[in-house]
Amino acid sequence: MAHANPTGWKRWVFSTNHKDIGVMYLWFAFIAGMIGFGMSGLMRMELAEPGVQFLPEFLGMTEQQARHMFNVLTTGHGLIMVFFMVMPALIGGFGNYFVPLMIGAPDMAFPRMNNVSFWMMPPAFILLLLSTVVEGAPGMNGFGGGWTAYPPLSGTIGHPGPSMDLAIFSLHVAGASSIMGAINYITTIFNMRAPGMTIHKMPLFAWSILITAFLLVLALPVLAGAITMLLTDRNFGTTFFDPAGGGDPILFQHLFWFFGHPEVYIMILPAFGIVSHIISTFSKKPIFGYLGMAYAMAAIGFVGFIVWAHHMYTVGLDVDTKAYFVAATMVIAVPTGVKIFSWIATMWGGSLTFPVPMMYAIAFILLFTTGGVTGVVLSNAGADIALHDTYYVVAHFHYVLSLGAVFGIFAGLYYWVGKMSGKQYPDLLSKLQFWVTFVGVNLIFFPQHFLGLNGMPRRYVDYPDAFTYWNEISTLGYKVTAVGVLLFIIVMFYTLFITKKRVGDNQWGEGANTLEWTLSSPPPFHQFNELPKIK
Amino acid sequence: MSVKRLTAGILAAFTAMFGLTVGALAEGRLGLPKDKGLWLQEAANEQAVKIADFNLDLMWLITIITVFVFLLMFVTMFVYRAKANPVASKVSHNTFIEVVWTAAPILILVYIGITSLPLLYYQDVVPETKFAIRVTGNQWNWTYSYPDHGGIEYTASLVPNSAFADAAERADYEKDLSEFLGWDAKLNARLLDTDLRLVVPINTKIKIMLTASDVLHAWAVPSLGVKLDAVPGRLNETWFEIPQVGTYYGQCSELCGQDHAYMPIAVEAVSQEDFDKWVARAKVEYADAATTALGR
Repeated sequence: MAHANPTGWKRWVFSTNHKDIGVMYLWFAFIAGMIGFGMSGLMRMELAEPGVQFLPEFLGMTEQQARHMFNVLTTGHGLIMVFFMVMPALIGGFGNYFVPLMIGAPDMAFPRMNNVSFWMMPPAFILLLLSTVVEGAPGMNGFGGGWTAYPPLSGTIGHPGPSMDLAIFSLHVAGASSIMGAINYITTIFNMRAPGMTIHKMPLFAWSILITAFLLVLALPVLAGAITMLLTDRNFGTTFFDPAGGGDPILFQHLFWFFGHPEVYIMILPAFGIVSHIISTFSKKPIFGYLGMAYAMAAIGFVGFIVWAHHMYTVGLDVDTKAYFVAATMVIAVPTGVKIFSWIATMWGGSLTFPVPMMYAIAFILLFTTGGVTGVVLSNAGADIALHDTYYVVAHFHYVLSLGAVFGIFAGLYYWVGKMSGKQYPDLLSKLQFWVTFVGVNLIFFPQHFLGLNGMPRRYVDYPDAFTYWNEISTLGYKVTAVGVLLFIIVMFYTLFITKKRVGDNQWGEGANTLEWTLSSPPPFHQFNELPKIK
Repeated sequence: MSVKRLTAGILAAFTAMFGLTVGALAEGRLGLPKDKGLWLQEAANEQAVKIADFNLDLMWLITIITVFVFLLMFVTMFVYRAKANPVASKVSHNTFIEVVWTAAPILILVYIGITSLPLLYYQDVVPETKFAIRVTGNQWNWTYSYPDHGGIEYTASLVPNSAFADAAERADYEKDLSEFLGWDAKLNARLLDTDLRLVVPINTKIKIMLTASDVLHAWAVPSLGVKLDAVPGRLNETWFEIPQVGTYYGQCSELCGQDHAYMPIAVEAVSQEDFDKWVARAKVEYADAATTALGR
């Protein structure tokens, strides 16, 4: 029998099945997401009032240790949410599960490499968690230099202990995993589309994963190079980033952001893809301006590579350089605008229903717009002088990521959980979950615009008393969001393990016309043994 | 009809809210963040005024765009709900509208660029300045030195939180600060006050030459419209001019380790005569060649 159906632990550990691996990615993202969310909770509780009181009491440490711990938390939260929550969920999870289904392929091109990609993630995550409990800064545990890890703070001056080295290894392993995954997607999408599915007929989610995969292949090696140089600076006496030996700390920032800016599109493009399908499904209309949508993503991906230094307006760049990056950065607003308007145009004239995935997709569009326009403000170096490294930036990128990418994940989960599990989510409770989360996250992040405008710098464990009021509101918002997360766990637990309510092959009706809806729910262990023909 | 009314009402509400937000601009105490503040700190010089004006323009623009997108979405959701429109149209292309929504943002962005770039060049091209101050960021305080004034050099560190809880300690700090300045000074805000201040004359263009001794820092004073990273091995330059006597506060704005939140900046702007008097005194006490540049 060529196609075995393995059972027990072997099914998962030795898995070469794209759906099983996708499911494992989603569980992994869920676990990492809970840890990352918990870390942000510790930070918000500490920031609820001026002074440093929560962390010393809660973790039983001195105030000095708590100040460092706060930085460790901001660093851990950032790295976990980027590398171990959003990317595994959107790319590893939904990408693995649905790209082969949507393009009519039996599996990924390299199933064993797919297995390796996934199984490198837990060790990477363990390395990162280990780094928080070994010495980093002198006499303190953990690396507290931010997810950007700028030297010299991330060098031996700021963090002589092995914590940073572990964090570097963690990123190496996670990066290698992502590169392998990306190669797998590119090969799969280029070679394994069903007969008749030309690249211009391919569903937009597959498009988004294809573009994301290219960004990963081009961007991650640069990060790997930068952190390897950092590693040798730390351990083998090189001075790439040390001015005492002719190096330059700013070089690291250029390398980091050459990776880091495409990285933000790596996180958001798959969400764009998911939202496109949901909007089209519940409008019962094909997506408006399909080619424009696909090439807008390609344009965003391309321009994403030539705007990196807008993260560095205050480092002392030459003024003409800054002027270029201002202009280049603002260009991104154009394809992004095309996407926003095309989504609305898809809905225009449609026959709209609003189940939970549609609610999340619409919220995604609105909140991503809100986060996008503050990005236009920040792209202007002149205004950025006032806002750089303040909470305005924190508010901006959480609107596009925490309320953008994460809402994209929620939307995708509600849209596809029936397909993946064959079970129906509880409608009323899910709607409640949406509204609680929606109110909570806005309550967290909207006031942070005010804090930033008023001048509160980011990554601060304590703040002048004038910032108290909006910090209190923000922490209140966190508590509401925590209820939303709890509801999410209840909803998913109920759906997966309790409910007896099943869904049919196509629970969303005529609007859902991609290939995954032609299969059973859940799909068979191996699908498309006979390739579907696309007209 | 009701949609029109609703639109007008929402627009009016937004305008009102926005008016309040901008109104909050005028009330802040100069040089400090405003309690419950919604907007930029009150601008103390031309640089900050230009940033605030530009930011206000942008805020109008992005508010209008956001409100437009929200309204468009709400109207679409309402008009094309399945109950009202059971049969979906099949339209999926319209070249004209696609060109419009590509071109319109381009025009808006060109407009933003035209106003943005002159501001950038105004900020970034250091004009002819009267003198320079060398600022060095350390973990976790700032060293100020005046190469054009006989090498005055001193390090300004945070006034600890305990001084704001204990009146006697606070009085000690205020006494030392007053002695340093040569006139009576009061502490103003926890986490913003430093034991010594950067003293500068008003109505004078001053160049700041910025570097760091250990890790990255950033020297930022919001009310003066200045923010620049301090980078080891580099000498970054910026400038400012202050028209009014007063104390202007800022905080380190680049993550620098454990006490990142505890190395504020306090700039004391005084008249030229007071500044000259201060220089004369400070030369005696702080122009010692043995003073370490590292501030530790």
